[in-house]
Amino acid sequence: MIRKSGWAAAGLAVFCVATMAATAAAETPKRGGTLTFMIPADAPPSFDGHRETTFATVHAVAPFYSVLIRVNPDNPSSTTDFVCDLCTEMPQPTDGGKTYTFKIRQGVKFHDGTPLTAADVAASWQAIVRPPDGVSSARESYFIMVDQVEATDPTTVVFRLKFATNAFLPALADPYAWIYKKEILDKDPHWYEKNIMGSGPFKFASYDIGQSIKGVRNPDYYRPGQPYLDGFIGIFAAKQAVRVDAIRADRAAIEFRGLPPSARDELVRELGDKITVQTSDWNCGNLVTPNHKKKPFDDVRVRRALALAIDSWHGAPALSKIATVHTVAGIVFPGSPLAASKQELEQLAGFWPDIGKSREEARRLLKEAGAEGLKFELMNRNVDQPYKYVGTWLIDEWSKVGLQVTQRVLPTGPFFDALRHGTFDVTVDFNCQSVVNPLLDIGKFLPHSVYAENYGGYDDQKEIELYQALLRETDATKQQAMIREFERYVLDTQTHMIMTPWWYRIVPARSYVKGWKISPSHYINQDLANVWLDK
Amino acid sequence: MYRYVANRVLLAVPTLIGAAALVFVLMRLIPGDICLVRLGSGGGNVDPRTIAACHAELGLDRPVILQFVDFVWNFSRLDFGISMWSGKPVAEEIAARLPISLEIAVMATVFAILIAIPLGTISALKQNSWIDHVVRTVAIAGIATPSFWLGILSILAVLEISNAVFGAPWMPPIDYVPFWEDPLRNLSMAILPALTVGYRYAAVSMRMTRSAMLEVLREDYIRTARAKGLLERLVINRHALKNALLPVVTLIGIEFAFLIGGLVVTEQVFNLNGVGRLFVLAVQNQDYTLTQALVMLTVAIFVFANLAVDLLYAWLDPRIRFG
Repeated sequence: MIRKSGWAAAGLAVFCVATMAATAAAETPKRGGTLTFMIPADAPPSFDGHRETTFATVHAVAPFYSVLIRVNPDNPSSTTDFVCDLCTEMPQPTDGGKTYTFKIRQGVKFHDGTPLTAADVAASWQAIVRPPDGVSSARESYFIMVDQVEATDPTTVVFRLKFATNAFLPALADPYAWIYKKEILDKDPHWYEKNIMGSGPFKFASYDIGQSIKGVRNPDYYRPGQPYLDGFIGIFAAKQAVRVDAIRADRAAIEFRGLPPSARDELVRELGDKITVQTSDWNCGNLVTPNHKKKPFDDVRVRRALALAIDSWHGAPALSKIATVHTVAGIVFPGSPLAASKQELEQLAGFWPDIGKSREEARRLLKEAGAEGLKFELMNRNVDQPYKYVGTWLIDEWSKVGLQVTQRVLPTGPFFDALRHGTFDVTVDFNCQSVVNPLLDIGKFLPHSVYAENYGGYDDQKEIELYQALLRETDATKQQAMIREFERYVLDTQTHMIMTPWWYRIVPARSYVKGWKISPSHYINQDLANVWLDK
Repeated sequence: MYRYVANRVLLAVPTLIGAAALVFVLMRLIPGDICLVRLGSGGGNVDPRTIAACHAELGLDRPVILQFVDFVWNFSRLDFGISMWSGKPVAEEIAARLPISLEIAVMATVFAILIAIPLGTISALKQNSWIDHVVRTVAIAGIATPSFWLGILSILAVLEISNAVFGAPWMPPIDYVPFWEDPLRNLSMAILPALTVGYRYAAVSMRMTRSAMLEVLREDYIRTARAKGLLERLVINRHALKNALLPVVTLIGIEFAFLIGGLVVTEQVFNLNGVGRLFVLAVQNQDYTLTQALVMLTVAIFVFANLAVDLLYAWLDPRIRFG
């Protein structure tokens, strides 16, 4: 019997090894072909990654550039796996965690044939960290910890920090932090807004305004064998139906941002095994921001009641069938080691496991604050997924404690205008980040005086102090405890903002698209160097 | 006649200046700031120094009256300036979009004329017969059906039919290729939107042709022509149809001008990178220079389409003389 089992086990092992070998052989990248993908936008405002925040820029232009470090393209779902792109190895910080020294690859060439050196890396990072007057850097505020960036020799770049923080390395893996040529930046810091010239896996071929962007393989790319594709075509199409139809008819193979569940279901139903779907929690979420400058939202009891009325635990599974939301979590991305456990969440307003008790408390608080049957307006952005779905759901939840809420949906421009001027009662806000970096991602919850994109209209010195201590704490265990305290303060004690289920990324692709792996952000892993076509 | 044309062209100048003044003022009445939209579209607050630099770069820090004078002066030299949004020359932005819009407009117009005039004429000649009822039903359906809806349905129909027939869904290309580079690909992209838009266009023209024909057929000179024994074919073609076409030509001219910049939704449905879509983007992004140029282009197209229609009148009706 034992003998028989042994043989069976050995046979199974041989079968598994053979299957794995066959799979590995089948997964050997093939060279050639052109990837056509859809970009769900009309056109990027500019080509300058340092200036822009939209995915339209990163999807269209990232394949032309290299970065210093990046999220591991072979393991992009990890929130802690960072690898070198232009550097030769990930550095160990010195000087008590305040100095990072990067050795830069040699032999890397820009697309114009000139060599890329540490001076180019340092100049690019200086432009990101401290842009010259009249130049905009969208992520300048992420690098408040950076004191100096310098190229100490042609192959060495040194970052000196003002204080040690665990937020620095993930911030450095920013997918927009493209390395530009120093000589060009020195002559005209705006040159890269209208032109493309990098050292990435693809060379710029053409751009038809509002129509498409094309790239061809860079034969001098520094990673041997890559890129696998001969080239790519990115087609701009703002309308979802066009993009879904294009994938359906194989006019395009993929759209990297993400499609709603209905589009996924339609494609799977139509195309069966010709379509592959990758999904991931998304480092984006809608928040509810009450305007603290407007009564009665200056009263914490009213804000808490708004949170307590919402049943995310039951709402999320239902919403996820029709909208791009999925996971219930606190202020930290649910896949991060710093995220709250379910038990920890259940202690906070808006996450109580007993919704009956939670809503009873909401009614009590509203009564106590003299806000029973309160009528107000929920401002929302004119974006279907998931804004309007979330907004409609919230109104229904609030009606269950007697609140009478109407929704005011505004186009993007007037929406931001209203946010900036504080002309709203309560708004559906959003926090969408790229690399999962909880210490910076939670900046959204800080008062406007510290974080310009907070529109709650409050000031809170205690919250700022909690955050500053958290940002400077490098011990993981202590950091875990501190972030829980910060979270409790923001969501429960003060209820400055209210969480809704985190977004969910659904990316259907033609099954012949290989090598690309989904990540928690639609901004990262977009240089296409490891993508190949199994045709 | 040459004097008439010259007068009409000169009269277009105050029309263009009036339109320029109107669009210039209207654009500046819209709340918002292109620099904020351009630099803070992700919701971020932008450093005031950067905003000021952006205003200076775009010339928005200068007095409004100077901006207007500059705009009119540059426009008179056919210098449309630089797009405030993309930083590219406006002429380049429009030139990239105009061919596809023009192609769709021409194809839709040809389709509309080929359908509308024969069917409208037959419908009038066979008034109250079953043919007339069918033509009128088709025409009313065409007027009542929004082009974008028809566009969506036509794409779905193509997908479904190709899937059923060939076993794989097919749809027209979604990236524009000029006709001279790849005629087949170009036509396969343009034909569906042209038919979609052309159907409504044909329906309107069909109704107009029918009613104009009915009116003309009751005129004394038609009765006289018949009385002197002219062949019915000659009566219809030479005497009735030519005169009935006057209002139809006017309608076709106006519709053609509208098609150049007015296919906003249809362009979205078919992912056509045309002038209509550019128009919407320009307004959305508060791109003053681009919006102004597009409005001027549209006004110019309308002015010249009307001029062409007026000139056609003389050919259709020799009694009309220009002086």
